[in-house]
Amino acid sequence: MKTLVSSVIASLILVTTWVTANPVANEEYVNNGGLESLRGSSELSDTKQAELIKKPIQNDQVIDRNYVHQPPLIPHDIRGYQVDIKSNKCLSCHGWKFASQVGATKVSPTHFETADGLTLSDVAPRRYFCLQCHVPQADAPPLIANDFSAVEALSASGLSN
Amino acid sequence: MSKSSFVGLLKSLWQLFSKPARIATGALLGMGFIGGILFWGGFNWGMEATNTEEFCSGCHAPIVIEIQPTIHYTNRSGVRAICSDCHVPHAWTDKIVRKVQASKELVMHLLGTIDTPEKFEARRKHLAEREWHRLKENDSLECRNCHDFEFMDFTEQGVRAVNMHSTSLASGEKTCIDCHKGIAHSLPDMSGVEGWQ
Repeated sequence: MKTLVSSVIASLILVTTWVTANPVANEEYVNNGGLESLRGSSELSDTKQAELIKKPIQNDQVIDRNYVHQPPLIPHDIRGYQVDIKSNKCLSCHGWKFASQVGATKVSPTHFETADGLTLSDVAPRRYFCLQCHVPQADAPPLIANDFSAVEALSASGLSN
Repeated sequence: MSKSSFVGLLKSLWQLFSKPARIATGALLGMGFIGGILFWGGFNWGMEATNTEEFCSGCHAPIVIEIQPTIHYTNRSGVRAICSDCHVPHAWTDKIVRKVQASKELVMHLLGTIDTPEKFEARRKHLAEREWHRLKENDSLECRNCHDFEFMDFTEQGVRAVNMHSTSLASGEKTCIDCHKGIAHSLPDMSGVEGWQ
């Protein structure tokens, strides 16, 4: 009986010391130290609800550029378009061979130039991966409100947004 | 053996075969009927068994993974196409022809022609070209089993799709596979393929 009581007491002590030695595992709230991010303030212990996936804009209407040399945006869905070493689906319409027939925007001639300024007979390897610069758009509000406006020369019909 | 007994034997044999037991005709017909049902059902069951995704992925596992992000596997309405919907003709005679051709694939399986991802990748273009050729020859029959041109509503299609479908597809100048390559699998090296750069 004595041994039973002492062993129970010993195990209780063991458990309480383990629990107090691991404060994080036992607490529900973890302070973020006052850190604010673009997604707002959230505690480390919280898992925020992910944003819903946005639908891509796919009306084929050219999207205005906001600054000079901005890569034009993609106004259509590109689900399943393969762009890799074996094939480039974008060039099946936007390549010079097909663009006029399809009615698509031609790849800019600047894309035929290498870093050394040589003009190649086809799209230069450094410009091959379209999606590095050209991206589809979703109809979503900006993450944080801002008052950026395009230079006047680029804003169609005088509207700058 | 005397002559009369020989004639007697012939007579009795003649009677035996010319008048079979009354039950025999029914039994024969019945057995034939049941056997026919079992054979026909079993045959079609066996053929359907070789049309399931599980059967295909037994050897073609890497390609089965490729279809998963595509619209023929996952989409808003949950209608799906499985391997055989596109790769095996639906009409009975065409299906038999394709199944007989598939015996070559069994040989290739035993030879281990594409039994590693590397071997498969090296042969991908050849295999893809075979399927493109087959679909070109039959006017994309397996596509059209579901995608019937007669019922396409151009007002529901995107501008780019309408441009293509109302001209080249409508006139019969082009068929589905001419433009829609690689819709369910990764593409091979497309250099030299018409419409690709």
